Amino acid sequence: MNEIINKNVTLSMGNGGSENNELISKIFYKAFKNEILEKSEDAAIIENGKLAFCTDSFTISPLIFNGGDIGKISICGTCNDLAMMGAKPKYLSIAVIIEEGFSINLLTQIVDSIKKELLINDAIIVTGDTKVVPKGSVDQIFINTTGIGEVIKSGISANNIESDDVIIVSRDIGTHGATIFAQREGIELVSDLKSDCASLYPIIKELLSQDIKINAMRDATRGGIAAVLNEWAKASDVCIEIDEDQIPVSEEVKGLCEILGFEATSLANEGTFLIATNKENGSRILELLKTFNSNASIIGKTTNSYSKKVILKSAWGTQTFLEMPTGELLPRIC
Amino acid sequence: MDLSLKDLYDGFRQADVIKEYANLITNKSKLLSHPINIMEVCGGHTHTIMKYGLKQLLPSNIHFIHGPGCPVCVMPKERIDHAFVLAMQKDVILVTLGDMIKVPGSLGSLQDARSNGADVRFVYSPLDCIKIANENPTKKIIFFAIGFETTTPMTSALIDQVIKKDINNILFHINHITVPEPMKALLDDPTNKIDAFIGPSHVSVISGSKIYAEFPNKYHKPVVVSGFEPLDVMQSVLMIINQFIENRCELEVEYSRSVSYHGNITAQNLNNKYFETKDKFRWRGLGDIPKSALKLKDTFSHLDAEILFNEILPTQMIDDHKLCICGEILKGKKDPKDCKVFGTSCKPNTPMGSCMVSSEGACAAYYKYGNLK
Repeated sequence: MNEIINKNVTLSMGNGGSENNELISKIFYKAFKNEILEKSEDAAIIENGKLAFCTDSFTISPLIFNGGDIGKISICGTCNDLAMMGAKPKYLSIAVIIEEGFSINLLTQIVDSIKKELLINDAIIVTGDTKVVPKGSVDQIFINTTGIGEVIKSGISANNIESDDVIIVSRDIGTHGATIFAQREGIELVSDLKSDCASLYPIIKELLSQDIKINAMRDATRGGIAAVLNEWAKASDVCIEIDEDQIPVSEEVKGLCEILGFEATSLANEGTFLIATNKENGSRILELLKTFNSNASIIGKTTNSYSKKVILKSAWGTQTFLEMPTGELLPRIC
Repeated sequence: MDLSLKDLYDGFRQADVIKEYANLITNKSKLLSHPINIMEVCGGHTHTIMKYGLKQLLPSNIHFIHGPGCPVCVMPKERIDHAFVLAMQKDVILVTLGDMIKVPGSLGSLQDARSNGADVRFVYSPLDCIKIANENPTKKIIFFAIGFETTTPMTSALIDQVIKKDINNILFHINHITVPEPMKALLDDPTNKIDAFIGPSHVSVISGSKIYAEFPNKYHKPVVVSGFEPLDVMQSVLMIINQFIENRCELEVEYSRSVSYHGNITAQNLNNKYFETKDKFRWRGLGDIPKSALKLKDTFSHLDAEILFNEILPTQMIDDHKLCICGEILKGKKDPKDCKVFGTSCKPNTPMGSCMVSSEGACAAYYKYGNLK
């Protein structure tokens, strides 16, 4: 089972899916093993449940995309991970690695969007680091942010999903992955395709202010909702049954998936999250989410039928497993 | 007129119509005198059948046999090793279509080559090679061309441009194969269990439905050329059942939206200009099949990476593991689940045989989408 040791790192090991998990568990978890890390949450809960703590690194091509840029995403990513654990983002660190020759103008633009996004989260950067490396050592600019948040609502965990929960998605899925792919590969579409990149704290703040029990909450970044649902099914030992026709997917994303042979469920999001909650809370949460995005939808429920598995049910009565995404995101030949 | 992407699939996935077709098929199939095995030749159809769970909608006397029509699945390991070796050459950029990147040969996959420093890129349109060539004038761009009749014209169009624009840093490694020959090879095995074929529409958009004319005539097997939407496949199944009930054995076109008998003559002429048939090609899982692949004509050998890099390309044939039963699966004699290594040592990330290689292979489709009912 140690075959990974003899390999070199491939791009698929950073895909948010099964190869990525293998790399993390066999190399990093093995070395750093402890109770908090093993919970494998979006953010670690520390100091007796008072604080949430997480880190994320950002490398993205193109640096500026329809709906955001590397600066915006570097704040959204970390703050969203805190918010997903029921925490209010408060203090962030930022470390920037810049390639020699990078435009100061562009850097200013990126820093401006960082500033703007911090305001939305009502969070501040309290420490940072800058490195400039020779041309070719990094691709333009890499950013790492680490965040500390104050837990407002505890008990939200991938491990806490119960049987007979409902699963809710906050908006239409896959726009970030589709936007980046189309822009990176120069696929010119006459469309409004735009990344969902956004800070989720304002929505979460509203949600947490209501007295509704949330069992699990996770933003569906790399690996898309397919990855989150599979992680949840495993962590909470439940079966998750999804009604395919209830998953909101925009025409643009659907179209790109059709051309390239992708599944919208595996495409990355940067401002879309899933909630698992008891059945009786479902409609209240949905209503609230709909005030932020009318595409929010109850997409499925938990059952006992296939333990640790996710099932996709079609409108014509067939069922298939929705697996953890594997490999790189590659278009099919025909 | 603007064609919206939606127009391509809208109207071919309605739940109520799919259900109605399932009912029709179930009722009509009661009139069949024996169970029928339908081979969907193309991996794209296998993908549709598994992704949309269509098998679950069919009665027990209608079976699908998943055919050899997945171009990366049937590529023998030694050809993938060619791609690997070429990619590892200094000053080479190896360009190919997406699915090829993760297929492992005996040396590794192109993904592994890339993690070893190779410059490997995938394109959606082979014509993008021209941009890569312009941006990298000191590098040799080798286009590892793969696919059936569907993708061959895209390679022909690139060759055409390379010659017309006098681009001197694009070479070709040709792995284009054809659909009818493996169908014949399967039927020539007297133990085959195939009763009828569903043929891929995109191949016939290029080559016309005429390429299947001999199957009803010479082999007495009906062929229906089908589109790739779930309703296309359901309708094609019904058309085949009707042929059996009505004692007909014909070539029919379900995908009448774009398929004609003669196909796209311009594309065919372009292919004929640059390519000729190879004496034989070794198919992974099926072995040598005569006249089943294309190569560049001698006049264009100066563009042929297989000739120019002849000295460094491995020639040793590499067979699959003894336990692999892909050959039997492709002939319809066995199911992926009959295989001892299916889902245990043979998985999509570590495929031991052709059918597990891409999501269009029978085993990978079974593994990915399961078969719940």
